[in-house]
Amino acid sequence: MSDRVSVAMTDRRVIKGDTIFKGIILALASSIILILLIMIFEMVKESLPAIQKFGGRFLIGREWDAVQGEFGALDFLYGSVLSSLLAILLATPLSVGAALFITDIAPRKVGNFIAPVVELLAAIPSVIYGLWGVLVMAPWLQQSIQPWLVEHLGFLPFFQGAPYGVSMMAAVFILMIMIIPIITSITKEVLLAVPVSQKEAAYALGATRWEMVRLSLIPYARSGVLGAVILGLGRAIGETMAVTMVIGNTPQISLSLLAPGYTMPSVIANEFAETTSKLHASALMEVGLILLVVTLIINVMARLLIWSVTRGDTGARA
Amino acid sequence: MNPKLKLEQLNIHFGSSHAVKDVSLEFPANTVTAIIGPSGCGKSTVLRSINRMHDLTPSARVTGRVLLDDADIYDRKVDPVAVRRRIGMVFQKANPFPAMSIYDNVISGYKLNGRVNKSTMDEIVESSLKRVALWDEVKDRLKSSAMALSGGQQQRLCIARTVAVQPEVILMDEPCSALDPIATLKIEELIDELKEQYTVVIVTHNMQQAARVSDFTAFLYLGELIEFDVTKKIFTNPAQTRTEDYITGRFG
Ligand SMILES: Nc1ncnc2c1ncn2[C@@H]1O[C@H](COP(=O)(O)OP(=O)(O)OP(=O)(O)O)[C@@H](O)[C@H]1O
Ligand SMILES: [Mg+2]
Repeated sequence: MSDRVSVAMTDRRVIKGDTIFKGIILALASSIILILLIMIFEMVKESLPAIQKFGGRFLIGREWDAVQGEFGALDFLYGSVLSSLLAILLATPLSVGAALFITDIAPRKVGNFIAPVVELLAAIPSVIYGLWGVLVMAPWLQQSIQPWLVEHLGFLPFFQGAPYGVSMMAAVFILMIMIIPIITSITKEVLLAVPVSQKEAAYALGATRWEMVRLSLIPYARSGVLGAVILGLGRAIGETMAVTMVIGNTPQISLSLLAPGYTMPSVIANEFAETTSKLHASALMEVGLILLVVTLIINVMARLLIWSVTRGDTGARA
Repeated sequence: MNPKLKLEQLNIHFGSSHAVKDVSLEFPANTVTAIIGPSGCGKSTVLRSINRMHDLTPSARVTGRVLLDDADIYDRKVDPVAVRRRIGMVFQKANPFPAMSIYDNVISGYKLNGRVNKSTMDEIVESSLKRVALWDEVKDRLKSSAMALSGGQQQRLCIARTVAVQPEVILMDEPCSALDPIATLKIEELIDELKEQYTVVIVTHNMQQAARVSDFTAFLYLGELIEFDVTKKIFTNPAQTRTEDYITGRFG
């Protein structure tokens, strides 16, 4: 046996095949990184005219006027950040609840049925969400939900103005629906990774189901769930199609969720084909660059968190 | 006096497999009873039926009666959560809550009873840790993570956590199997003290341990109770040849 191993180890053919294989893998892996670097480089290069002309003003400016050549991206930044954060705020408890339901509350058969259905939701193309949003949800918001909010909660700045249906609120809801599957399925995996011994520890102390969730599952799964949430945030902030279809595409900063808004991906999608000047194109590119940087940061954070869980930072050792 | 705990015609199935067959046993208050038998004979399964842990396994079905102070814990009106507060359990592998400090681990079960003030908690943590002879080793680092303790210390911490809930019965499933002889000795001494206050049922693979710590011993084989008697009798003059074969190491 050991003879054969040593023969194989010195077999020239094996070594050669191994080297070639390694080389191919290395080339593939580095080409991915190279593509990313080239992309960033190109984007920075293309954005340079806008960066040089506006500097930091680009981030806080509110004027977006292709005719005058004045570009500030604050309204889009605001629209992107607000819609994503609100969507995450709503989606997180729903998703964690759904994941808990699938793993620990529903009878196993029910859970085994729901889990793939939820994951299927993630596979629906976003244009379909957008279509549904604009044809079904927006009219429904306009006719029932928003008038009700104006009447009963209209004293709050968040629910003022005329109900258009198409609005920041519509964008928040559509994003929420779109990120629930991701957060739910990652959270589900994280919960399933909690050792049975941890659950038993809680139950044996006389914990109810909810106390078990609090004692065993949440502390153990906390950072993994946070990673899932951040990944959802990344998806929300980059989502283009569905949001463009329901948000109204009006650059403004309004506290009211009934008012239309605009996001970074939406302005790029709407304007890239009809740029009026080099500066306009460059400004759009800079918006893209900001978006890319934000998404990269969010993703790195999420991966670090998830990695720290699977590595057992919070104590998979036991 | 009636026994603290009594199993009557206990049968346990997992799906179609019959894991425990017609086991009847009595556990007098303030005694230690050891359950011994070869691997797979149903020791853990019997033990886990005593605090309704099988409720968590969908395929498990328990029939017969388990009487705690003459009341059947499987009665439809009985809440399993209430049962588990009276019947605590210590597992084979120490399972402290990893994200909690030593202090929080000890008090975690007790806190389930509702709001408690700080000084009561301090007292309970101290007395529980003293009970398991861990206080002197950890009193200066109560706020540090439970995961920093050694395996033996973690197991004693888990016992302290169980004791802190003030149960009446403590079930232990091979509590020393992952520990070295010195840590094992400490836990055995502890079990001896625990019986002043609690009724203890311990599953063990270690014959010497059964002989050292228990007052009564039950020998299970293939899901059936072969023999149950005073420990001394089981180890010196067993009535069944199968028991004798097992304790003398002729099989198992
Ligand atoms: N959750 C379960 N599902 C199906 N069968 C089970 C389950 N738990 C135990 N069994 C079966 O019940 C029988 C008794 O198992 P049990 O764990 O009680 O044995 P044991 O005496 O504790 O063994 P060991 O000394 O190895 O711990 C075994 O045949 C086992 O396969
Ligand atoms: Mg066992």
